[in-house]
Amino acid sequence: MAELFENEFFINALLAAVLASISCGLIGTYIVSRRIVFMSGGITHASFGGIGIGYFLGINPILGAAIFAVISALGVEYFTKKAELRNDSVIAMLWAFGMATGIIFIYITPGYAPNLMSYLFGNILTVSAHDILFMVILTSVIVLVFALFVNIILYISFDEEFARIKNIPIQFFNYLLISLVALTVVINIKVVGIILVLALLTIPQNIANTLTMNYKKIILYSVLFGFIGLIAGLLGAFYLDIPSGASIVFTLVIMLAIVKVFKRFVASLGKDFN
Amino acid sequence: MQKLIEITNLTAGYNGLIALESIHLSIFNNDFIGIIGPNGGGKTTLLKVILGLVKPSEGSIKYNLPDGDKMFNIGYLPQQFSADKKFPISVELVVLSGLLQKRNIVRSYSKKEKDKANEVLIKMGIPGLRHKAFGELSGGETQRTLLARAIISSPQLLLLDEPGTYVDQVFEGELFNNLKELSKKMAILVVSHDAGMISSYVKTIACVNKQLHYHPSNEINNEILKAYNCPIDLITHGTVPHRVLKDHK
Repeated sequence: MAELFENEFFINALLAAVLASISCGLIGTYIVSRRIVFMSGGITHASFGGIGIGYFLGINPILGAAIFAVISALGVEYFTKKAELRNDSVIAMLWAFGMATGIIFIYITPGYAPNLMSYLFGNILTVSAHDILFMVILTSVIVLVFALFVNIILYISFDEEFARIKNIPIQFFNYLLISLVALTVVINIKVVGIILVLALLTIPQNIANTLTMNYKKIILYSVLFGFIGLIAGLLGAFYLDIPSGASIVFTLVIMLAIVKVFKRFVASLGKDFN
Repeated sequence: MQKLIEITNLTAGYNGLIALESIHLSIFNNDFIGIIGPNGGGKTTLLKVILGLVKPSEGSIKYNLPDGDKMFNIGYLPQQFSADKKFPISVELVVLSGLLQKRNIVRSYSKKEKDKANEVLIKMGIPGLRHKAFGELSGGETQRTLLARAIISSPQLLLLDEPGTYVDQVFEGELFNNLKELSKKMAILVVSHDAGMISSYVKTIACVNKQLHYHPSNEINNEILKAYNCPIDLITHGTVPHRVLKDHK
């Protein structure tokens, strides 16, 4: 195993795992408790449109994805609140529209056809130093936002109307948080891919929520379980020679199953708040 | 007696539908007003207008800060509240959220604030639930917790929207006794479809059926309701806890 650590790809993968588990641990706890997982799924898939446009224009596809994802996120937030369209229908339309846009632009881009599989399913071993830098910046912003406003984020998720009555700038927080969701998805596309990134945003949180009902503890446990899943999945991929994204998701699901069974036998593991 | 709120010639609604039309209402600091009226008559809209959640299309609402107070603070108990069973929030944190307006939102809760939450929970008779998950509470416990959240900030005005909906009659009675006690310290506006229940507690009654009719006492009878065009359950007054419903045709 020692030779793994001499490999630059592996070191980058390890750093990416740390950063992905932190960003997904925090943002995932927000989307799971607020029940906007489906909305996040829509934004994730819409970002594929940005990847296609990025290829077509010859800019970094991840930058294209970031712009497209943030615009989609703000759009969903706006349209479902203001235009009185059905929330889930807007999300489904955006989901399909983004994927269609991506495919059209990749198709009409002349010459070399990019490896779509790496965007759909990710490969943590292809994460570059550049990607790591993006991840460091975004993860720092997310950590800062949560460090300052964790109670506000919890209260808005719990009862938005009451928070509004108490003069919390709901609109600002909704737009800020949904933008962070979009960016978190995008920076983690390289790690597990568009199709699998939702796993990193939901499975660790559900493992954590099995063990505690305390919001801050769910965040901490999610980061921890996410990291364990990423590393175990990565090693599994390396030794079994299977795709890393799928291996990571598979590992997380097995962890969830183990914790659920474990919880059943150890009734004393409680819903503590201390 | 101080005037807290003055609503003048106010019209409001949603999506182009008018829910309240040209209403006038003044709320004083010692008021305990029962709001009755048919479903869809605009009772909840009235509360939302006062809370600032619905903007009036015409007319005005003025808030007068009582002498010595720094900010206008309204406590609110919503009509329907169903939290996700797994939502990760404790009863204590729910109650503390009632203090949001009065504090720096970045700071974590102080010992004093937590003691205050505990004190309110004791008043509501549920101090033992402090660390319990909110989603696991029964209907009555949920209402008590939300009422604790509404009053922890010692608001000048407390608004309650159908507080008796999801609780049994024993709890409803206790709740109104609690409100009577609270009404010594704050103005209270309580919405109910059950005129009989509230008329024995409140000081005055207002009927909202698009228009607002204010009745300067808590006595209501058939004639008043008819005059107000207020189609609701009829009641008999007395010590026996029963209601006689008039024929609906």
